[in-house]
Amino acid sequence: MSVEAAPTTDQVRVPRMRWFEGRNLTIILAVVAVSIISLARIIADADRMTASTTIGTGLRLAVPIALAAIGGLYAERSGTVNIGLEGMMTMGTVMAGYAGWQWGPWAALIGGIVGGVFGGLLLSLATTTFGVNHIIAGFAINIIGSGVARFLANIWFTTAEAKAGGGSITSSPSITGALPRFSLPILSDGPDLLGDLEHKGWFIVSDLAGVLKGLTSNVQFDSLLALALILVSGYILWRTPFGLRLRSAGEKPGAAESLGVSVTLMRHVGMAISGGFAGLGGAVIVFAGADQYQQDQVAGRGFLGLAALVIGNWMPAGILAGSAVFGYALGVANSLDSGVSVRGLILAVAIGLGLFAARALVRARYIEVVIETIIAGLALWAYFKVTEVNNQFVYITPYVVTLVVVTLFAQRLRPPAAEGIPYLKGQSL
Amino acid sequence: MVEANETGLLDRLARRFGPNVIAPVFAGVVAILVSSLALLAGGYNPFKAFAEIGKVLWSVDSLVLILNRGAWYYVAGVAVAIGFKMGLFNIGADGQYRLGALFAAYFGAKADLPPVIHVTYIILIAVFVGAMWAAIPGILKVTRGVNEVISTIMLNFIATGISAWLLGNYFRREDGTLLTATKVIPISGRLPSLNRIFSAIGLGLPKGSVLQGYIVIAILVGIGYYVLLFRSRFGFELRVTGQNPAAAKASGVKPKRMILTTIILSGAIAGLIGIGPLLSDSQHLRYSDQFPFTLGFTGLSLALLGRNHPVGIAFAAIVWHAIERGTQPLTSKGYPQEIGRILQGAFLLTAVIVFEVMQRRAQREAVRDAATRAAPRLEGAAP
Repeated sequence: MSVEAAPTTDQVRVPRMRWFEGRNLTIILAVVAVSIISLARIIADADRMTASTTIGTGLRLAVPIALAAIGGLYAERSGTVNIGLEGMMTMGTVMAGYAGWQWGPWAALIGGIVGGVFGGLLLSLATTTFGVNHIIAGFAINIIGSGVARFLANIWFTTAEAKAGGGSITSSPSITGALPRFSLPILSDGPDLLGDLEHKGWFIVSDLAGVLKGLTSNVQFDSLLALALILVSGYILWRTPFGLRLRSAGEKPGAAESLGVSVTLMRHVGMAISGGFAGLGGAVIVFAGADQYQQDQVAGRGFLGLAALVIGNWMPAGILAGSAVFGYALGVANSLDSGVSVRGLILAVAIGLGLFAARALVRARYIEVVIETIIAGLALWAYFKVTEVNNQFVYITPYVVTLVVVTLFAQRLRPPAAEGIPYLKGQSL
Repeated sequence: MVEANETGLLDRLARRFGPNVIAPVFAGVVAILVSSLALLAGGYNPFKAFAEIGKVLWSVDSLVLILNRGAWYYVAGVAVAIGFKMGLFNIGADGQYRLGALFAAYFGAKADLPPVIHVTYIILIAVFVGAMWAAIPGILKVTRGVNEVISTIMLNFIATGISAWLLGNYFRREDGTLLTATKVIPISGRLPSLNRIFSAIGLGLPKGSVLQGYIVIAILVGIGYYVLLFRSRFGFELRVTGQNPAAAKASGVKPKRMILTTIILSGAIAGLIGIGPLLSDSQHLRYSDQFPFTLGFTGLSLALLGRNHPVGIAFAAIVWHAIERGTQPLTSKGYPQEIGRILQGAFLLTAVIVFEVMQRRAQREAVRDAATRAAPRLEGAAP
């Protein structure tokens, strides 16, 4: 056996960060995105695209998606694929509706979490304890979630007392009292400097002002809570011993167990937290509308969370970006005169994809060029041809985005290695 | 050696029929217990509630309804099962059948064709559209390595958006009504009911119950599925790929081609799901925003409950709709009809858990069995 010379320290070169990498890249991308949207706004004459009201709506719609996605993060980082997010959110909505009606808005948030944790542990029982295929079990949880919610709604909200408060088989009585809202003083409130800037109509400057105002004015408590929880989650999962153990259960359970980590426990805990987040997302949905539980009000947002998790590459920052994109698209669709704004959004998508295609061309990634050009072309066609843009286009946007992202970057996305593989104690995996 | 073979055969039979019959029965008992507890907790008498369910189900009328709807469900189950058989999760059956039904409804109502040809034409459109929509995740999987679970979930939502857009803007009937629906399929394009056959053999159905002709299509799908799966080379390769992809590849099965063929086939069968309401159910006969949705998801449950077996799925489909039919009028009798969903959910979850546990036990036994049989030979061979 010949002994190779051990690499000396000066042979191992850490490549220097270039100016367009890492954190800088995020900032650059954000600026580019705002510029593109600003450009599209001016060309398409769609002022509402970056109005603070649109952004505010988008933020409110992004929160449940982000919470579901963070829930998915805990599950999948600990090794369980969570298709059941939708069902857990649904259980969260009904529990939030009941607790909120009985004990007020704060109890509603806790009630949502309780409902979600129940769903999470049920899924964990099937996948972790009994080793059932994760997709199958998660799917069953979705069925159970909607069943339990409807059953409980029938029992809780059809009593004489509930009916007096406006309850019915499909909706809970309204929750009395509201969660606090916040605005940034001076900038978005009082003198409202950002609001002034927003209405000047200047390229980029006004758009940025609109975005900032939307993000800082009249912000609901749950939005702040969600943001805080995402940051805390990033810290817990990547900077604490517990986080390391949890992630190791999802990357290499056999190795984790050989070092004394209880993979089973980690997966149960991960699923409980996951369900809690999803349930909290459900509670937020309850507050987004008429402050009451309504049948089927989750409406696919658990799956959107799953999508945000995938395109966010199973990382908190990515999830934040993914949820922001989805929330923005939905905010535009729900804004005043959405037809015009949606047309502007489609133009922005066309411009953005055109830039992506150009970049791919420079890097000689021809498949990417073809796919991106085709979709950009379709978007342009839609922009010029379709005068009255339907909301259905916006409805499908998040899903198309996800599909395009997984198609183009499937090789670069990196899900947890042992995700979805049932693990039995003592197995060598 | 002969003895070993014989016990092996017995073992195989036990292993084959044991879990597949015992597990659903056990799961059914657990589901009834769980929902009884739920009813008790809600302040209802579970015995009386289940007696009501029994009363509703005990009629020819209910039987006909269960068979009608069971036929739709059955085809949905088969569509999903064929993917499951080789480890493919076609969660997209839902989008596939809805798009297929939309195109079939629009072009079918427009066409003016003689009876049998008209029906065939409509069915072919639905099958073709379903297959093409299923081809997308297939192509993405084999060329770009995209997980079909993610892509089919996304494609379901995309199908919902596209069909709403097409229906609202292009496929909608233009006769001044406010209905968002396609035109009704003319009589030449519909499937005849089976009532006449029954009265011909002296089994007249009560007035008002119509046994849908679609049942024949469901039975044909089942037979086709059985033959394809257990009597054809393709089916063999499909099952081998599902059970042991490495072994299949080593023996010359091309995995990419298998994936693409299977998912397209699954989508083609999924395209048939919508034919039931479209050509056979007098309440529909057109695509509208009232068209049954989520049948594809029901198919997923049934494929799981029926263990992907042509007969198993049939039982599952009948039980599934029997639960729905039986609990439907409960609310008017003072019980929560949602108990049906609890029943279904508990049934499904318990069944998959029990299947898993039994399968694992059988595997462990097989390993132990092989070890004990190999042990004496190894000892003899040792110097």
